[in-house]
Amino acid sequence: MWKFSVRRTLIMIPQIFLLSILIFVLAQLMPGDALSGTVDPNVDPERLDEIREQMGWNDPWHEQYARWMGGVLQGDLGQSFRFKMPVTELIGQRIVNSFWLSVATLILTYLIAIPLGITSGRYSDTFRDQLITGYTYVGFATPLFIFALVMLWIFGFQLGWFPTSGSVEPGVEPGTFNYFMSKVYHLLLPALSMALITTYGTIQYLRNEIIDTKQKDFILTARAKGASESRVYNRHIFRNSLLPIAAFFGFEITNLIGGSIFIENIFGYPGMGQLLVESISLRDYTVLTAVTLIFGVASILGALLSDIILSIVDPRIRIK
Amino acid sequence: MENKAEEVKPIKSPSGFSIIWRELVRDKLALISLIFLILIMAFVYGVSLVLDQDEIVTVDLFSIYEPPGEEFILGTDYGGRDVFGQLIIGTRNSLSIAIIVTVLTGIIGVAYGLISGYFGGHIDNIMMRILDFFMILPFTMIVIAFVAIVPKYSITTFSLIMTGFLWMGIARLIRSKALQEKELDYIQASKTLGSSNFKIIFTQLLPNVSSLIIVTMTLNLAANIGLESGLSFLGFGFPESTPSLGTLLSYARNPQTLEFRWWIWVPASIMILLLMLSINNVGQALKRATDARQRRG
Repeated sequence: MWKFSVRRTLIMIPQIFLLSILIFVLAQLMPGDALSGTVDPNVDPERLDEIREQMGWNDPWHEQYARWMGGVLQGDLGQSFRFKMPVTELIGQRIVNSFWLSVATLILTYLIAIPLGITSGRYSDTFRDQLITGYTYVGFATPLFIFALVMLWIFGFQLGWFPTSGSVEPGVEPGTFNYFMSKVYHLLLPALSMALITTYGTIQYLRNEIIDTKQKDFILTARAKGASESRVYNRHIFRNSLLPIAAFFGFEITNLIGGSIFIENIFGYPGMGQLLVESISLRDYTVLTAVTLIFGVASILGALLSDIILSIVDPRIRIK
Repeated sequence: MENKAEEVKPIKSPSGFSIIWRELVRDKLALISLIFLILIMAFVYGVSLVLDQDEIVTVDLFSIYEPPGEEFILGTDYGGRDVFGQLIIGTRNSLSIAIIVTVLTGIIGVAYGLISGYFGGHIDNIMMRILDFFMILPFTMIVIAFVAIVPKYSITTFSLIMTGFLWMGIARLIRSKALQEKELDYIQASKTLGSSNFKIIFTQLLPNVSSLIIVTMTLNLAANIGLESGLSFLGFGFPESTPSLGTLLSYARNPQTLEFRWWIWVPASIMILLLMLSINNVGQALKRATDARQRRG
C-alpha cells in the first residue's frame, strides 16, 4: 500500500506544476494589468512604465513565474490591488467560510444519501424504491443553480425562514454562542440546497452496490447461519457497500468547488467561489490566480485521497 | 448462390433503428419526451425565423418591468424587453450552442478515445495521463477564467472554450470500449489481412462503438444545456445582447427580481428543466435499447 501511495503522490507533483504554469500563463494573458485603469489619468504614462519595470512586470515570463512560485511556496500570494491587502489575508477570511460550507454540505449529503440509498437498495423494485429513484432522476436533471434559486425564493423570500445573504448576522460578537448559531443558521439553506441536488450520485451508487452485494454467496451463508434480517443488512451488506462510497469522498471536493461557485453567488455567501467571480469582474489578477491555484490544488489532493482510499479498499488497484 | 441468401433472410435480426423505435414505443415517458422535444424545437426554430433578435433586445424605457399582460404575454425585463420573445430566442440559442458543443466534444472525444484505446501501451498511457490532468481541473472555475481572458469574446470562442474542457468524459468511455473491442476476432482478422490502422479504426472500430457514442452524446446534450445556462447565469456565457435561457435566469441574481418579478426567471427555469428531463428520458431509453439485457420491448 505504501508503495502505491508514494507512487501516486509522485504523479501529483507534475500535475500541480502544470496547473501552476497554466494558471500563471492565463493571468499573464489577461488584458491589462492592475495599474491600467486604477491610477488617475494625470499620472505620466512613463511613470507607469517605471513602476511596471520596478515591479518586474516587463521581465520574461519564466523569470516572473519563478519569482511568483517562490513566493507561493513561502506562503506569499502577493498583494491584492483592489482590496488593498495581502492576498493571503483576504483569502484567509473567505476560505474558512467556504470550508464550513463544504463540511455542512458533505454532512447533509451523507445524511440524506445513506438512509435513502439503503432503503432503496434493500427494498428494490418496491414503491419506496421507485420514489427514491424518481428523486435521483430529477436531481440528475436539475441544474444546481436553478434549484438553489428556487430554494432561496421559497424559503428565503416567500416564507422568510432563512437569511437571504451573508455568512453571519452583522453586529454579533465573534466567539460567542450566538455567533456560532448565526453562522450555522446562515449555512443551512445553501448547504441544504447543494446537498439535495448533488446527493443523487451517492444514492444511486449505494443502491446499486447493495443490490449487487445482496446476491453474493457470503450473504447466503450469513442467512443460512441464522443471522437476523437486520443483522444481515446492518453488518454484512452495509459495511461492504459503504467502502466504495468512502472512496469517492475525495472526488466530492471537485464537485463542491464547482457547486460553491454557484451557491455562494446565489446566497451572497462570502467564500472562495464568490471571491473568484468578484476578482474577475474587478480584474484583480493576483487574487484570481491565488483562488484558482487553491481550487486546483484542492481538487488534485481530493483525487489523490480518493485513489489512496480506493487502493486500501480494493487491492487490485495497487497492482496496476 | 443468390437464392440461398434470400432463404436465410427471414431470420435476420431486427435493425438498430427498429430496436430503438420499439424501445421508445414501450417507454411512454420517453415517447412523450421525444414528441415534446420535436415540437419545442420546431416551434422555437420556426418562430425565431420570424422574430427579429435585434428588435427583441432593443431597450424600451416606457415598458420597464411590465407584469404579464395583454401586450406582453410574459411581461418585460429591466430594459423593457419582451420576456416571451427572449424566451423563444433564448431557447433557440441555448439549444444551438448545446448541440454545437455536444458535436464538437463528440468528435474530439471519440477520436481521442479510439486512438488511445486502439493503440494501447505507451500511447494509451501518455494520452490517459493528459486526460487525467484535464479531468481534475474544476470545470466551472477554469471556463470562467478562460472566458475572462479571451480578448474578442464571441459565441464561437465560448463554444470552443466549453469544448476544450468537456471532451474527456466521452473520450474515457470510448477508450475503455475500444480496449475491449480491439481484442475481438474481427479486428485481429483485419490486422492479419493487412488493413491500415487508420482504416480499421474508422471503418470497423467506429461503427461498433456507435451505439455508445449516440447514447453518451444524447445524455451530454442535456448536461450541456445545464452547463451553458449555468455559465450564462454567472455572467460568463452569452452576453445580454444574445439572450439565452441562462441570461434570462441571471436577472434573478438581483434579489428584487428574484422576489417580486417571477415572470422573468421562472419560465426560463421551467424550460431548462423540461428540456433536460426530456432529453435525459430519451437518452435513457436509447441506453436501454443498446443493451439487450435492459430492453423492455
